[in-house]
Amino acid sequence: MKYIWRLLPISFILLMTGCGVENLSALDPQGPVAEMQYSLIQLSLYIMIFVMVIVFSIYIFVIYRFREKPGDTHIPKQVHGNRTLEIIWTTIPILLLLMLAIPNVMDTFTLADVGVTDEEAGEGEEIDHITIDVTAHQFWWEFDYPEYEITSGQEMYIPTDTRIIINLQSSDVIHSFWVPALAGKQDNVPGIENDMWFEAPEEGVYMGKCTELCGPSHWQMDFKVIAVDPDTFDTWATNMAEPPEQVTDPEGEVAVDGRGVFEQSCISCHAVGDEGGNTGPNLTNYGEREALAGYLDPTDENLEAWLRDTQEYKPGNEMPNFNHDAINDEEMEALIAYLNELKILED
Amino acid sequence: MSYEKAQSKNVIWDWLTTVDHKKIGIMYLAGGAFFFALGGLEAILMRIQLMFPEFSFVQAQTFNELLTMHGTTMIFLAAMPLLFGFMNFIIPLQIGARDVAFPFLNALGFWLFLFGGLLLNVSWFVGGAPDAGWTAYVPLSSESPGHGLDYYVLGLQVGGLGTLIGGINFLVTIINMRAPGMSMMRMPLFTWSSFVASMLILFAFPALTIGLLLLMLERLFGGTFFAVDFGGNVIIWQHLFWIFGHPEVYILILPAFGIFSEILPTFAKKRLFGYSAMVFATLIIGFLGFMVWAHHMFTVGMGPVANAIFAVATMAIAVPTGIKIFNWLLTLWGGRIQFTTANLFALGFIPSFVMGGVTGVMLATSAANYQFHDTYFVVAHFHYVIIGGVVLGLFGGAFYWWPKMFGYRLNETLGKWFFWLFLTGFHLTFFVQHFLGLMGMQRRVASYLGGQGLESMNFISTMGAFLMTIAFILFLINIFVSTNNKENAADPWDGRTLEWTTPSPVPEYNFAQTPLVRDLDAYWYEKYEGDGKMKAAEPLGDIHMPNGTILPVLISLGLIIASFGFIYMVIPLIIAGLGVTFGSMFVRSIKEDHGYHIPVEEIKRDKEEG
Repeated sequence: MKYIWRLLPISFILLMTGCGVENLSALDPQGPVAEMQYSLIQLSLYIMIFVMVIVFSIYIFVIYRFREKPGDTHIPKQVHGNRTLEIIWTTIPILLLLMLAIPNVMDTFTLADVGVTDEEAGEGEEIDHITIDVTAHQFWWEFDYPEYEITSGQEMYIPTDTRIIINLQSSDVIHSFWVPALAGKQDNVPGIENDMWFEAPEEGVYMGKCTELCGPSHWQMDFKVIAVDPDTFDTWATNMAEPPEQVTDPEGEVAVDGRGVFEQSCISCHAVGDEGGNTGPNLTNYGEREALAGYLDPTDENLEAWLRDTQEYKPGNEMPNFNHDAINDEEMEALIAYLNELKILED
Repeated sequence: MSYEKAQSKNVIWDWLTTVDHKKIGIMYLAGGAFFFALGGLEAILMRIQLMFPEFSFVQAQTFNELLTMHGTTMIFLAAMPLLFGFMNFIIPLQIGARDVAFPFLNALGFWLFLFGGLLLNVSWFVGGAPDAGWTAYVPLSSESPGHGLDYYVLGLQVGGLGTLIGGINFLVTIINMRAPGMSMMRMPLFTWSSFVASMLILFAFPALTIGLLLLMLERLFGGTFFAVDFGGNVIIWQHLFWIFGHPEVYILILPAFGIFSEILPTFAKKRLFGYSAMVFATLIIGFLGFMVWAHHMFTVGMGPVANAIFAVATMAIAVPTGIKIFNWLLTLWGGRIQFTTANLFALGFIPSFVMGGVTGVMLATSAANYQFHDTYFVVAHFHYVIIGGVVLGLFGGAFYWWPKMFGYRLNETLGKWFFWLFLTGFHLTFFVQHFLGLMGMQRRVASYLGGQGLESMNFISTMGAFLMTIAFILFLINIFVSTNNKENAADPWDGRTLEWTTPSPVPEYNFAQTPLVRDLDAYWYEKYEGDGKMKAAEPLGDIHMPNGTILPVLISLGLIIASFGFIYMVIPLIIAGLGVTFGSMFVRSIKEDHGYHIPVEEIKRDKEEG
């Protein structure tokens, strides 16, 4: 049976279900939306494996049984067809597809129903929920919390066990918002507002990616969804709105110098607290970032390299390279020290 | 032109001016093979870049150009022309005709494709190829700097015109030029599926034409159809593109289905099981192919009603496709299966395509599609259907029809090595990509970070791509080392259909006498029910042939000159180019051209030699 290897793929699928890095893989769902999608994936996979087993069995049997043997020159009977068989293999696939189509249509509507609108919530709606406006830019993410009047860049803090209602927009080209472990994606389309929802029962850092080709730095347009307990979230939101003093008015000498550099070179695009522009990501909590520029390790070396040579790292982004004429080594050191102090959750 | 003059042209001029469907078919194959190799090279460069995380083999911008050109080249410039090559060469032979209905248009279609493809690739050398993906979604494409996207728009517009002309030509040929006795329901399945594919071309390509026109107006003339700030809508492009783009994949796969429907009965020595069900399924697939385009757009926010409808409609396509798979299996059932290289490709196709088909149903599940969409799962899926379906079909068709087209048989031992290496490499490359997608690797990424569990499978995938390359080189070697293998080239496989009744290579008039068709598998019927020779439907006589002409080359060339004029806004160039094109059309319209006759003595002499 030299064609037996064709069965390998199936056993592969069974073995590998559930693999991938935690908090990135759609095969390891961490919330109700991703779980719903994962069970639909499983259902479709099982139906399809059933189909494949039948087809491959007939296939292997036919190839083995009716292979030409040496010296065989007979002319097989020229069969025209068989109506009963045609009806059977038309009907059974229809039934199998219905088994998949019905739950799919139900799930499609469930997912499209973002559930709690702001108006409903005012009338005593039970579900805890917050709304987050997600605006995609080449090549970073802006998260606005209209109920809290705060803005965060690159990292979206959410409370656990709360329905997160996402409004998606784009400031330039089409992007797509994907956090595989929590929910499938929806597109950020310029001129159109899309919405979706998800929940995260467990605390954790969930990886997110842009999934629509948006330019040369598309692959680096990563972000994080950070689920914390509701109390921590409240602290975070309060402190984002009114940051602790060291953020806008630092104490240490180096940090004061760094703040000066920041006000000179960065503040026209980046906000800290409620001061600053919004051409680039909000940096109020930069010191607590999981990643620099969405994807790099937030070390001092990486930060300096990124500031000096940002167009090399993320070609096509809107930040200019800062060479030594713009920011000298001493100023760079101070700026980095200041940025690292931008922490709002711990004192 | 006299017969003698028609025979005495020099070789290059002969090929430039030919209107013979067989020579045009061979030129389509040569052009398609060139672009296939080019697209393959682009794929290999991408796979090397993705071999290791954060590798810097090519820059991100170059990577985006590679992925755009790989997709565009493989679909428009490789797969379609290669299929058109077989359709051109084989359809007139299978229906017992001396040529296609419009030989001049046939030549024009080829030259438009070739010049359009070359125009598109000129962009590599003048500041960068298009970089917005083969789907060229606006506003990324409409705002892409440089001229890359201008080349995309005009190259595809010119090439697409050629395809549309070709499609119309096949439709008219198949409807009007069948030999006496060949009713529609006696046509070989390859002709049937090409007929349906041509209908899809007729209805799908105008949507692309309009989309490209809007994009051209947007980029070159300041149009605002897609500019959100001016009230434009970026989703319109996606609808126009996929109203074309989804039927396009059926335009590719249906002729490939047709090729398998020729190969499997031939090497199982058995009539195609359920012929009328196969025809019906082909028509249903063609029809449903127009009803499902929005399944490429589940995540753009069409709402649950549209998503649900398109999900169910898409799933429905699995039914006629399943009918075809089971009929192929039942064709093999009870047969005497010969494992020639051509048949290995057909047999390798069945499980490979089923795997691509089932992931298609999974993708159609709209709620789960939110996870699949734009990840490597999708990349794996469409390579399983396009390589596992179309490319295996093209290679199978090449081994099957090679003796008819070129008068020699490809080496079987080398061919089998090629098949096994290619099939192994193909599964190695793309099987792991299903998991990469679900594990969080989005598509069209120039690189990926380490530590996300994506390294080993990407490495395996690249190894598979190398294996496919080695296999393809074996195929190229095979072409050159097998040229002496001329034994029994006219009917090497105990063929069933009319093309095998002609000598190899086929004379320019195809059939000395138009054959009379008495059953499906006309030749098989005469072999086993008659005296082994086709009955003639006409007496032997002079044969009227069309003259060759250089005008199709000039018409196409003029459009290319005008395209350069549009891209760089050089008005004199636009006028000159359009002048050449319309001038050539004018000459064509007023010049009387009655063709020439091949004298009956020549035909008799050919018959005696044959």
